[in-house]
Amino acid sequence: MVAARQPEPAAAAGAADAIVPRRFRVLANRQENEDTFTLELEGVDEAGPFEFEPGQFNMLYAFGAGEAPISISGDPAAPGPLVHTVRAVGAATRAICAARPGETLGVRGPYGSSWPVADGDLDALVVAGGLGLAPLRPALYSLLARDAGGGRLTLLYGGRSPEQLLFDAELARWREREEIDLRVTVDAAGPGWTGAVGVVPALVERVEIDPARSVALVCGPEVMIGFSVAALLERGLPPGAIHVSLERNMKCAVGRCGHCQLGPEFVCRDGAVFPYERLRRLFGLREV
Amino acid sequence: MKTIAELLPEIPLFEGLPADQLELLAGCGRNVVAEPGEYLFTEGRTANTFFALRHGSVGIEIPVPAREPIVVQTLHPGDVAGWSWIFPAQPWAFSGRAVERTRAISFDGACLRGKCEEDHELGYELMRRVAIVMAERLRFTRMQLLDVYGRGEAA
Repeated sequence: MVAARQPEPAAAAGAADAIVPRRFRVLANRQENEDTFTLELEGVDEAGPFEFEPGQFNMLYAFGAGEAPISISGDPAAPGPLVHTVRAVGAATRAICAARPGETLGVRGPYGSSWPVADGDLDALVVAGGLGLAPLRPALYSLLARDAGGGRLTLLYGGRSPEQLLFDAELARWREREEIDLRVTVDAAGPGWTGAVGVVPALVERVEIDPARSVALVCGPEVMIGFSVAALLERGLPPGAIHVSLERNMKCAVGRCGHCQLGPEFVCRDGAVFPYERLRRLFGLREV
Repeated sequence: MKTIAELLPEIPLFEGLPADQLELLAGCGRNVVAEPGEYLFTEGRTANTFFALRHGSVGIEIPVPAREPIVVQTLHPGDVAGWSWIFPAQPWAFSGRAVERTRAISFDGACLRGKCEEDHELGYELMRRVAIVMAERLRFTRMQLLDVYGRGEAA
C-alpha cells in the first residue's frame, strides 16, 4: 500500500526560513457559506507557483490578529494562485476571512505530510465531512487527473445542510464527469433537496468497494472520521489502506511547541495526514 | 415479470429466508409506485403498512408548523420504511414522501402480524431483522444529533 508522504526534514528542523512568514497579497475572497471563505493569494516578494503536495497546510497570519493552520485547497498542478478555504471560528480566522483583495497576509509553509495519490491503479475512496472537503480537494484534483483506465474514484461528502456544502459549483461540474462517482448527504434538509439525507458512514455502506485494491482518504471532524473509519473497516478495508487527516491545536507547525502532540506524534510535523494503522492505538483514547 | 416472492430476496431484510417463509410474507405484499412528491405514508395516520423500497428514494419528513417539513433521512433501494405496523393501531411517527419515482413492495401490517402470530419462528426472525434495522437507524440518528459539522475550535 502507498503510504502518505512524510514531510521534508527542512521544515521540521526549525530552519529560520521555515518559521518566518512571507508576505502574500489577497487576489480574491469568495464566500462559500455563512462562515467559510476561499481566498486566492499571490506572493509579494516571490514569483512563480506555490509548490505543495495534496494534504499539506500553511500557517496563515493576519497581522495584529494571529496565526492559524489552514490546509491548502487549490490544485497542486495548477500554476495559479495559492488557494485556502478558511472557516471563521476565532480571532485569527475571522481576520483572515475578512481580508479584502489587495490586503496582505503572512504565509509560512507548506508543512506536513500528504495524501497518497501516486498509485493510479488503486481505487480511491475519498470521504469528506464539512470543511474536511477543503484539505481533500487538492487530492481530488490529482486523482481526477490520473490516466484513463486507472482506478475508480468515489467521493462521499457529508455536510450539515445543503446551504453549508462547500464548492457547490465545482460539485455540480464533478457530478457530470464520468471519472468520479460523487455522493453527497446532509444531516437535515428541506423538501426541495433531492440528494440524500443521513450520515456519511451510511454512504460508505452503499458504495462498491474492492478492499484488496482500494485506498481511502478521510477528513472531517474527528468524530465523523471515527465513524467513517469504522464503516470502512467493516467493509473489509485494511487499516493500512485508510488515511486520515487530523485537525489539532497546531501552533508552531514545526514540531517544537508540542501543542498538537498526539501520543508520540506531532500532528503538524508527522501529519496532518496519517495512515490510520499508525494512529489506531491512539484513536478514541480519552485526553489524548 | 417477477412475483413478490421472487422480488423479496433482493431486499436485504429478507435475504436468506427460506422459500416457504418468503411465500408467507409475499402473501401480504403488493407492488406500489409513488410519483415524485407523493406521500407513501403520513405522520399521525394509522400505520397499517410497511414498505420495502425497490427503486427510487423516499424522504422521511417531520412536519413543522407554519414552515416547510424537515427531511431527516432518505431511504434508498433495499431500505425498509416503518415499524409502527408491529403494534396494532399505532400512528405513523413520520411522513414518507417520494423524492423521485419510487417503486416499493407495500405490506399489509395486520396481515404480517397475523403471519407472525401463526408462525412464531417466522415472527422471531422477522422481528430480529427489523430490530437490526432499528438499531442501525438509532446509531445514525445519534450521529446526526452530535452535529459534528458545527463550529470547530476557535483559532
